[in-house]
Amino acid sequence: MDIKTPKLAVNIGDLCIANPIMTASGTFGYGREYENFVDLSQIGAIVVKGISLQPRPGNPPPRIVETACGMLNAIGLENVGLDRFIQDKMPYLRQQNCCVIVNVLGDSIEEYCQLAEQLNDVEGVSGLELNISCPNVKKGGVAFGTNESMAHAVTNAVRKLTKLPLIVKLSPNVTDIGAIACAVEEGGADSVSLINTLIGMAISIKTRKPILANVIGGLSGPAIKPIALRMVYQTADRVKIPIIGIGGISTWQDAVEFLLAGATAIQVGTANFVNPKAVEEIRQGLTEYLVEQKMESIKELTGAAKR
Amino acid sequence: MEQQNATISKIERLCTDIVRLTLYAPSIAAKAKPGQFINLKTGPGFDPLLRRPFSIHNIDGEGHLQVIFKILGKGTSALADLRQSQTINIVGPLGNHFQASPSMCLIGGGLGIAPLLFLARSILGQQDVPTLKIILAARNKQELSCFTPEFEALDLPLYLATDDGSLGHHGLVTELMPTALSGDTDWQVCSCGPHPMMSAVATICRQHKWRCQVSLETMMACGISACLGCAVPASDHNNTGKQYLHVCQDGPIFWEGDIKWT
Repeated sequence: MDIKTPKLAVNIGDLCIANPIMTASGTFGYGREYENFVDLSQIGAIVVKGISLQPRPGNPPPRIVETACGMLNAIGLENVGLDRFIQDKMPYLRQQNCCVIVNVLGDSIEEYCQLAEQLNDVEGVSGLELNISCPNVKKGGVAFGTNESMAHAVTNAVRKLTKLPLIVKLSPNVTDIGAIACAVEEGGADSVSLINTLIGMAISIKTRKPILANVIGGLSGPAIKPIALRMVYQTADRVKIPIIGIGGISTWQDAVEFLLAGATAIQVGTANFVNPKAVEEIRQGLTEYLVEQKMESIKELTGAAKR
Repeated sequence: MEQQNATISKIERLCTDIVRLTLYAPSIAAKAKPGQFINLKTGPGFDPLLRRPFSIHNIDGEGHLQVIFKILGKGTSALADLRQSQTINIVGPLGNHFQASPSMCLIGGGLGIAPLLFLARSILGQQDVPTLKIILAARNKQELSCFTPEFEALDLPLYLATDDGSLGHHGLVTELMPTALSGDTDWQVCSCGPHPMMSAVATICRQHKWRCQVSLETMMACGISACLGCAVPASDHNNTGKQYLHVCQDGPIFWEGDIKWT
């Protein structure tokens, strides 16, 4: 019996990825951390830990705390910095034949621009993801991710400097995520990825103090999935560019839901911590689902819940 | 390191709230070194979400490894409810390991005693067995007795202390150090236990210029240096600019001088 293997490839702007399963920034290190568990070359795209121009030490501990069906983190964007990323991390990723998307973060538009310019010609970099969910920027201290005009400005500035596929990762800690999505689409983004973590906190009833040294942190994991799914569903009505769904995706069923809600691809985040083989299991499950549903391409799923 | 489903060979309550879990995990047990840990998924669901890291207490050469834990919250309660022949998903062996030296003293407090049995047995299995002394302490007799039978069987100088005096010396491990570690010997101390205990042990070691390794515990999500959640402040005595070390990758075993004690 001839059963056609369903097509998993999807397009994010000009970037064609072999399957829609990506790893979320900050949950997959620089890729190598997972080499003992998964075939890195088989992942749709690896979004590496957020990179800044200079190395960042991160926040004081405690940095994480478990909550019901989730976790809070306040890592503080600890990363090796751009130079060491290019020198120490990229050669390995190139060798593994991975599709690499670099998540970049800065304190000013100039910093985002410098990062984009320097990554333009790095062999093996397939795309950029702008992290505009980090607080305290130069211009008035407003977060890029929570202000439409600033979100537009940073996207547009980077767009002018790079031909790399440009994804902008959106914060859910806003009144209208769709408005921010529209602003970055207008600014020239090829795709939006959503959602980043939701701001939350936990208090120790023993010490009567916040558990995280940073007091507040980002909530992730299965607990946030319904919110993320709703935001993807609503944003899909507002933008034409492809949406990458993120937020608590732990199983292939979760991934299907995000695709049905309107996502073209998905990112697996916190689930990688719990199950280092999560991306592989989700890909396998998705493939079997498509076969069972007699679908030829995964693209048929995108937005189907709206039709 | 690898991920696998391990079968529970035995699960024993050593006292009201301390459990010893024996797992059949031959490939992980074969690679494990003293001081390393495994990360256990407590069940199939999402609550509790994260794995729980436990140092390896013992291996038997027949594919079994043991961990010991105290029932403290959701995760450990779920683990304690598991039954023999059920399977449990584990990742390991993780982290670095203790290093041996010709004259060693192992100092454990409470559940921190757990990895020291594996270490002691591994040292005794070496060709040139070093001088080896052991100091163990716990809150009370009930808790300390969960560990003592295996250590007594090693037939080594063993010093015991409890907070309430119900077994051994009534007081702290540090008060036993002058008795156990007398002489001009160039000791190396390996310590695991509550943070204040390890800090006090480290201070004494510094005074005597003894080398000292400590095993640290933190909140941890992945155990494989992806989340960077398990940071501890570094002393950075070499001025590398490194403010934090990560327990899962740089540890869990650290030279005490590398840690910024608070």
